[in-house]
Amino acid sequence: MAGLMAGFGHYTHAVVRGIPASLAKEALRSSQAEVNLAKARGEHEAYVEVLRTRLGLEVVELPADESLPDCVFVEDAAVVCGDTALITRPGAESRRREKEAMEAALKDLNLNLVEMTDETATLDGGDVLFTGREFFVGLSKRTNQRGAEILADAFKDYAVSTVPVLEGLHLKSFCSMGGPGLIVIGSSEPAQKTLKVFEKLKDHMLIPVSNLEKVKLDGALTCCSVLINKKANI
Amino acid sequence: MTTEAGSETEVKEKAEESAAPPDQSEKATEDSQEVANAEGEEKEKEKVKEKEGKEGKGISRYLPTWLKKQKSQSQTSPTKEVPPTEEAVSKVTQEEEEPVPEVNGHADEVEEKEEVKSDQVKEKEAESHSNASADTEPAKEEKLEESAEKTSEDTKKTTEGERAEEEKKEQEGEAEAEGEGGEGQTSIFQSPLRLVRKNKMKLVVCHVTLMDGTDFTCEVEKRAKGQYLFFKVCDHLNLMEKDYFGLTYTDSHEQKCWLDPTKEIKRQIRSNNWQFAFNVKFYPPDPSLLTEDITRYLLCLQLREDVASGRLPCSFVTHALLGSYTLQAEFGDFEPDQPRPLDYIGQLTFAPNQNKEMEEKIFELHKSHRGMTPAQADAQFLENAKKLSMYGVDLHHAKDSEGVDIMLGVCANGLLVYKDRLRINRFAWPKILKISYKRNNFYIKIRPGETEQFESTVGFKLQNHRSAKRLWKVCVENHSFFRLNAPEPPAKARFLTLGSKFRYSGRTQAQSRMASSLIDRPAPNFERTSSKRISRSLDGAPMISITEAGRDTAENGREPHLELHSDSKVKEVDLNPGDVEAMPSQQSPGCSELTLSQDHDKTQDDVLKHQASISQLKRSFMEAPPPSPPQPNQWEKRLTSSPAPTIRFQQQQVSLEEEIASVLFSRHTGTGFYSAAEAACGIPEPTLDAVITTCSAATSTAPTAVGSSSAPQRPLIPSTSPLSAAEVNVPQTEAATADNTISDTKEPAKPPVVKTEMVTISDTFAAQKTEIATKEVPIVHTETKTITYEAAQLDGNGDGEPGVLMTAQTITSESLCTTTTTHITKTLKGGLSETRIEKRIVITGDCDIDHDQALAQAIKEAKEQHPDMSVTRVVVHKETELAEEED
Repeated sequence: MAGLMAGFGHYTHAVVRGIPASLAKEALRSSQAEVNLAKARGEHEAYVEVLRTRLGLEVVELPADESLPDCVFVEDAAVVCGDTALITRPGAESRRREKEAMEAALKDLNLNLVEMTDETATLDGGDVLFTGREFFVGLSKRTNQRGAEILADAFKDYAVSTVPVLEGLHLKSFCSMGGPGLIVIGSSEPAQKTLKVFEKLKDHMLIPVSNLEKVKLDGALTCCSVLINKKANI
Repeated sequence: MTTEAGSETEVKEKAEESAAPPDQSEKATEDSQEVANAEGEEKEKEKVKEKEGKEGKGISRYLPTWLKKQKSQSQTSPTKEVPPTEEAVSKVTQEEEEPVPEVNGHADEVEEKEEVKSDQVKEKEAESHSNASADTEPAKEEKLEESAEKTSEDTKKTTEGERAEEEKKEQEGEAEAEGEGGEGQTSIFQSPLRLVRKNKMKLVVCHVTLMDGTDFTCEVEKRAKGQYLFFKVCDHLNLMEKDYFGLTYTDSHEQKCWLDPTKEIKRQIRSNNWQFAFNVKFYPPDPSLLTEDITRYLLCLQLREDVASGRLPCSFVTHALLGSYTLQAEFGDFEPDQPRPLDYIGQLTFAPNQNKEMEEKIFELHKSHRGMTPAQADAQFLENAKKLSMYGVDLHHAKDSEGVDIMLGVCANGLLVYKDRLRINRFAWPKILKISYKRNNFYIKIRPGETEQFESTVGFKLQNHRSAKRLWKVCVENHSFFRLNAPEPPAKARFLTLGSKFRYSGRTQAQSRMASSLIDRPAPNFERTSSKRISRSLDGAPMISITEAGRDTAENGREPHLELHSDSKVKEVDLNPGDVEAMPSQQSPGCSELTLSQDHDKTQDDVLKHQASISQLKRSFMEAPPPSPPQPNQWEKRLTSSPAPTIRFQQQQVSLEEEIASVLFSRHTGTGFYSAAEAACGIPEPTLDAVITTCSAATSTAPTAVGSSSAPQRPLIPSTSPLSAAEVNVPQTEAATADNTISDTKEPAKPPVVKTEMVTISDTFAAQKTEIATKEVPIVHTETKTITYEAAQLDGNGDGEPGVLMTAQTITSESLCTTTTTHITKTLKGGLSETRIEKRIVITGDCDIDHDQALAQAIKEAKEQHPDMSVTRVVVHKETELAEEED
């Protein structure tokens, strides 16, 4: 039976992508710190290994594409929930082509694909927080209202709300799901402002955690994989 | 207070009736006339025409109170109207002509209880009319009085069949009405009023569109209230869990409105278009908690329509999934040899933008549901539909304070605000302090957050005043239904004020669940829409009699069977604590709501889950092919009346055992507590004693408990004043009565009791609930008790209680002997009256008895017979002997 509700935290597949050499020099970033490519690749391998062995997910690895320096951050290219996958239109022009490989991979998984065709819409998966019951879309530099609306159209089963992202790159740069019904959020002032909005919209418990040590490339753990809860017969 | 006096009077027994005020006796004749009329409705219909001529007289009755007083002269001639006997029934005809002023009493009228048989409903309806007219006088009529009246009516019902009895009560009821009025004048023309009211009115044909698209046509009196029609429709549908449904009509502005059950239909529709639609009004957050498949089926019909019309948006995948369950429910398993399966799919609408691709998907999923029964498919459908974010959300167009177009959604959890497709705000009921509207503005006052000091008010602009009021009403109703244990009395609203006196008049979800947990009828057969094939409803499957072995399993889990009834009933109640906790106490909706914590939610969730799994269990159990022919259904029937000696119960020798379970519910009605308690039990062996006690002194029943462990549980019926878990503490009640009755029952045991072992149900929950119990009035008591019953001794009640043995009936078959005795006690003490009905069912036999079934049946019957009383106690007394010394 196809599960309508993905619920939270139950996944069967993970789509990941390799790190291109161009990452170190060309990837978009807000800080200027040096990136050690070899080390990054090592970390990524370990990460994928955890997904595969520790979490028991079936990992679909897409090859890196040198022309897409940010392609390792697959999270931004697609939002998958239940049997529906929304192929996003990333806010950064340079990342738009990332969706091609992603689209193919998701199609292979027999998901119901929805494309974001509206030229005015932008949405990065990093701004999308799925709580198991609802979506929160961060309105950030990369994601706009229209993008949120299209996401709402794609996932009609769920309520979709927007929250402001006043700092950092993405909504999930400073908050993440800590578990079912638990949103973990940074303690910075802008994060707290976002939290206010969360509070009025959801019934989850919010635990502020210190998250001041930002990853050099504005990345968070969730951004390196697309998790899918895939049931056998879909 | 006059009220009390009144209610006392009416409750009195024949013996005391002679003492009735003289002015009433005058009316005795006409009253009896009325009764006759009310009963023989058919006859009356014919007569309606005869009295056209009398129209003139009736005018006065439509005049406002103040006017009446002035014109007392013209009205004081009751003689005119009195003698006419049945012919005075000119009512309806007149109504057309006369402008009808608003009658104060009407709006406030308490909603009648519903679990009545149809005939009773009708009768009630008739009576409520008479009430209404009586109420016209005292404008500030209080709920108290009404309930008192109602109770009298109920009592009446109890005695139904005894005309004389009824007449007298009628009389007394009238006395009460007069008492309330407090003006001699008033009372004088009251009787003519009632007379007319009661009698036949002009009939109007109503067309009701049912959810399967068919039309139901029926006739109602022109002055009938909404609920009359509603009940008729429910009857037609064979629906018992009515509270989630309602009737809608389209007003002159093309707006869909809910028909208020407590008000006259005619005044609501304000047109000659008697066209209605039957719809789901409150979407149960967890449909698996519904008791009957037929209810779930109806909910499915509504949701299919919601989904197909786009009102309930869902994704492609969900559309396909829901569609596939619909196919399974309507057409059964996918048949490979079926020529073009897609043909039938194409004829059905599953989604607003249905296309071939979707149909293919539906088809594909349909195949995977092989073996699923219609009821299971419905259940799956609902399991998925209920999770949709817009499930049960009633949307209203509005603008925010800056004039931006938004949508306001009212649902079980609160108020949601949408802009475009996004949810931009959310106000859970606990966060809302007050809801109001003024002109076209709709306001909610928000409880201050932890860091804020002051409450804030948020305003929205609706299209016009009407829409603002409509939204407000929907909010009031949803809040009451989902958040309160009992509806707020209209008169003294504290939480939602301003504007109209409108309050939700039906049962709340809590009450509804409790009531439906008592439903015990064989699952009704119903036809599904498209296929019109007979439902393979699981519950419709032949019942399986439960043997001892089966019962053992029930000990740790739940008996999958119709256990529902003793065991699960208690469980059902357990579930509520969570609920209740989550709910604001009625007295202080505010504070308690605030404290809602995640934990509570969790508990509730758990319980719900548990519940769900149980119903699952039940379902699967039912599904199993009937292993043995014995049908509890027959048993039920026997219990009621027909001595069908052919029942076969599984013969089984069991070792001596005894079970006792009792449940106490209470309800606070105006002047006193009315309650009903009943018990039934089955014993696999020699004797079975069941005591059904209906008692007005809710509190007083407990005392006699031999050993009592209190396990407060969910309220069966709302009550407004706190009642401690223990008992007593209700000022008006006299514990004495109850005690007496009970001790009576303890008289010498006829059947030899070999061993008595008390089993107490639901102790575990006691601790958890005690706290609530102190706040939440309604309590359920668990106590253990040994009662041996002998019908013969009942009558000679000690202490000179004016008790009356109503009925005694014994049914005997080869192996079983069933005796049902109804005992009614009415007491009057210090201005308080109390009616207590005790029913005992004793089943003696040497074979296996499905005692759960018996208990359930007994409770159900009691509920039906005394819809307005509550079950105060259920005592199950079971005695089992090893040796076959009996029978």
